[in-house]
Amino acid sequence: MNMKRKSPRKKGPIFEVARRLAKNKSAMIGLAIVILLIVVAVTAPLFYSYDEQIIKQNIGNRLQSPNAENLLGTDALGRDLLGRIIYGSRISLYVGFTTVAFAFVVGGTLGALGGYFGGIVDNIIMRFMDIFLAIPGTLFAITIAAALGSNIRNLILALAISSVPGFARILRSSVITVREVEYIEASRAIGASDARIILNHVIPNALAPVIVHTTLNVATIILTIAGLSFLGLGISAPTPEWGAMLSDGRTYLKTHFYMSLFPGVAIIMTILSLNLLGDGLRDALDPRLK
Amino acid sequence: MTNPLIEVKNLKKYFSTSSGMLHAVDDISFSIDKGKTLGMVGESGCGKSTTGRALLRLLEPTGGEIYFEGQDLAHLNKKEMRKMRKELQIIFQDPFASLNPRKTVSQTILEPMVIHNMYASNKERQEKVLEIMEIVGLAERLVNVYPHELDGGRRQRIGIARALALEPKFIVCDEPVSALDVSIQAQILNLLKELQDRMGLTYLFITHDLSVVNHFSDDIAVMYLGKIVEISSADDMFLKPMHPYTQALLSAIPVPDIHYKSERILLKGEITSPIEPPKACRFANRCAYAMDVCTKNEPKLVQLEPGHWVACFLHSDEIEE
Amino acid sequence: MDKPILDIKNLVVEYRTDDGVVQALNGLDLTIMPGETHGLVGETGAGKTTAGLGVLRLIASPPGVVVDGTIILDGKDVQQTTEKDMESMRGYDVSMIFQDPMTSLNPVMTVQDQIAEVYELHENISHDKAIELTHAMLELVGIPAERGNEFPHQFSGGMKQRVVIAIALAGNPKLLIADEPTTALDVTIQAQVLDMMKQLKKEYNMAMLMITHDLGIVADICDRVSVIYAGRIVEQGSLEDIFDRTRHPYTEGLFNSLPNLTDRQQKLKPIKGLMPDPSNLPSGCTFHPRCNYVMDICSKENPPRVYRGESHYAECHLYNEENIMKGGVIERD
Repeated sequence: MNMKRKSPRKKGPIFEVARRLAKNKSAMIGLAIVILLIVVAVTAPLFYSYDEQIIKQNIGNRLQSPNAENLLGTDALGRDLLGRIIYGSRISLYVGFTTVAFAFVVGGTLGALGGYFGGIVDNIIMRFMDIFLAIPGTLFAITIAAALGSNIRNLILALAISSVPGFARILRSSVITVREVEYIEASRAIGASDARIILNHVIPNALAPVIVHTTLNVATIILTIAGLSFLGLGISAPTPEWGAMLSDGRTYLKTHFYMSLFPGVAIIMTILSLNLLGDGLRDALDPRLK
Repeated sequence: MTNPLIEVKNLKKYFSTSSGMLHAVDDISFSIDKGKTLGMVGESGCGKSTTGRALLRLLEPTGGEIYFEGQDLAHLNKKEMRKMRKELQIIFQDPFASLNPRKTVSQTILEPMVIHNMYASNKERQEKVLEIMEIVGLAERLVNVYPHELDGGRRQRIGIARALALEPKFIVCDEPVSALDVSIQAQILNLLKELQDRMGLTYLFITHDLSVVNHFSDDIAVMYLGKIVEISSADDMFLKPMHPYTQALLSAIPVPDIHYKSERILLKGEITSPIEPPKACRFANRCAYAMDVCTKNEPKLVQLEPGHWVACFLHSDEIEE
Repeated sequence: MDKPILDIKNLVVEYRTDDGVVQALNGLDLTIMPGETHGLVGETGAGKTTAGLGVLRLIASPPGVVVDGTIILDGKDVQQTTEKDMESMRGYDVSMIFQDPMTSLNPVMTVQDQIAEVYELHENISHDKAIELTHAMLELVGIPAERGNEFPHQFSGGMKQRVVIAIALAGNPKLLIADEPTTALDVTIQAQVLDMMKQLKKEYNMAMLMITHDLGIVADICDRVSVIYAGRIVEQGSLEDIFDRTRHPYTEGLFNSLPNLTDRQQKLKPIKGLMPDPSNLPSGCTFHPRCNYVMDICSKENPPRVYRGESHYAECHLYNEENIMKGGVIERD
């Protein structure tokens, strides 16, 4: 073989997707904000002491407007708003990602099995999913919170359960499409077992729509948590949570509007960046839009 | 004496649809001798691809027997069949859809060897991959390339390499060149022919292209609506086609020669529905020679000359039971 | 002498994408006289479809850019025509039919309404009158008029292609561009459709640009032939010129790649290598890396256009004015 000839670079499909994503400006902005949020959330304990600065009341320092000491001012109990918003991101991202991870694994598995095997397996799984789908997610979370108490674990459980059918349906339909493609038949022809075909050939090619759904779903979950907390049904005081903080600020809206503004901005930024990223991923993963 | 590697007896494949049973392959029998090629031609929907897939049990046959070296494939259980797949391979029509886009060339060719536990070590298998790539004409530098970076001809070579990796005895070629440009088509046809000579492969060559099948096959079977209407040696088929459908089909080939003037037989109408076909000749409604008997009974495939079988009442009165 | 219905001169079209510039057409020359059927033969990516779309000014832009050249359609410069005039020319002066009949038809409109629409648009007549004309047209393309109020999905592939042809003919075009019209059809149906097209051509005295990869179809229906490779016509001539007095090595390669029906033992002689990457064409003659007769000069200079007669030429360094007359330079003569 002619060694001087340069060997083509190994450019896998993932590389292609990354390249297309990198060209999409709004998706890159979204990605940058998401990464920033994650970094801030992870490193928060380096800058703030949770017990001393975030939870502990400091009545003497209450309702301060933004100043050098407290960049975003303080709340009605004298706690630093910036610190609470930063810690709030830990809650939101934690709940968002854990919930979606649970729903992804459970829903994805059920959907993949239903889609690949079809017939009665599919029927049983999907009818169950339909039942769950008939219960509104928020209502389900409120019910669970009322029955079992409103703590983070119960919230995650409730939201995860109501997210499962969405994941199951998306992976199922995507698996059904992939299952019909000839390379699956080719795998069967070389004697591959069902397990091998599902794990090696079907799932990797069926994941694209699920990845998009995951990103968008994290945003939805974060918004739901904030909404529930705003109503006093989600995460309760003194845990810093954006929805709850927004709600706390309402009393002082006329004099200290920033108490509601800043948590609101945090929510909007997070949701917006996740949605931008999700839309960008959808375009990047869809080869027809090349 | 003949030595059939593959013998198919009364193979049937029906699909249930909302409007009734679709008889995709309806009671066909044929055999292929070792090292030979049977060309199977027909138009879309005639059941030729379904035949290939049912033969390999990629689709479960509705009925019939498939003997491979004397062993009936149709009655093997799932596990036995998986083992048997080492001997029987398939090359697909679409060089794009038949390759997993997330696997590199070497991963695709390697997988069958891994599944069947061939060779002692991974290193040995890797060497084998390179050897096969060379046989099918893929440059070594393409070993880690993904299919989307390659053209149709090269992709088709990967598909062929994947089939060869198991060192099979029999390969179903399902329209392997239909999706390719003429200049590439000729490259792939020559490759398949060369492989046959070198490895003693037996082919079932499924195609709609009559000039390709003529060039490539030893014997030809013509299918119409799930039935074999005529089967003979390739020479006989082109020199003296007997079934009216075969005659029309042959006359319809566009010949790239301006001095070749033949009377084109234009068929009336189009293929009828294969759903719950009546007991009659399925070609009767388009046939210029249709007689009363053709719409009342089903003609039987009868040997009129040595090796030349035809199912038509013009040539024989025998009725399919 | 008649004026040509279509006269394309030095057409250069590029597709400019982020991944590079694809040179789809590199100086295409093509002339079609009234009533003439011209075959444009080539392989995938040679620029056949781009040429057809260019005539109707339907090249998607971006990424397509017409860099150079003129297209004169029935005396009018397509490039200089306003969009409004162009719209009235499409379907009236020139129609195009595509390979896939399914995507060319509107699935929620009855077949006769789709054909009648053309009459209503171009002839300004009432719906009832248009339907009347439609029924006559359906019979002409071999579809019973009473099937006109059915929807496309109720038709088979061959019937759908007939409907597409009926729509194209309804505007009574002077030029019909047919882009692989029978490639998606079975042989026996293809034979029916080709036969019908031959009759219609005679009846309407319509000029036709037949875009195809199939030399068999060319032999069947065309008067003149252009062989296109990498966006440029490498050989052009009458049917007899191309089939019996082949001069260009690429044309020879195409013929040699086809199985011979009368001699099935004959080995195929494929063209070596692959179609060139259109965003990175070889220097000089674009065919030189695949050519069996390649010389030093081929990679350095663009080949000259050498005429064998008034209307038969090849673009190849093998030829000069003398030896192109005699032939014998390539194996197939």
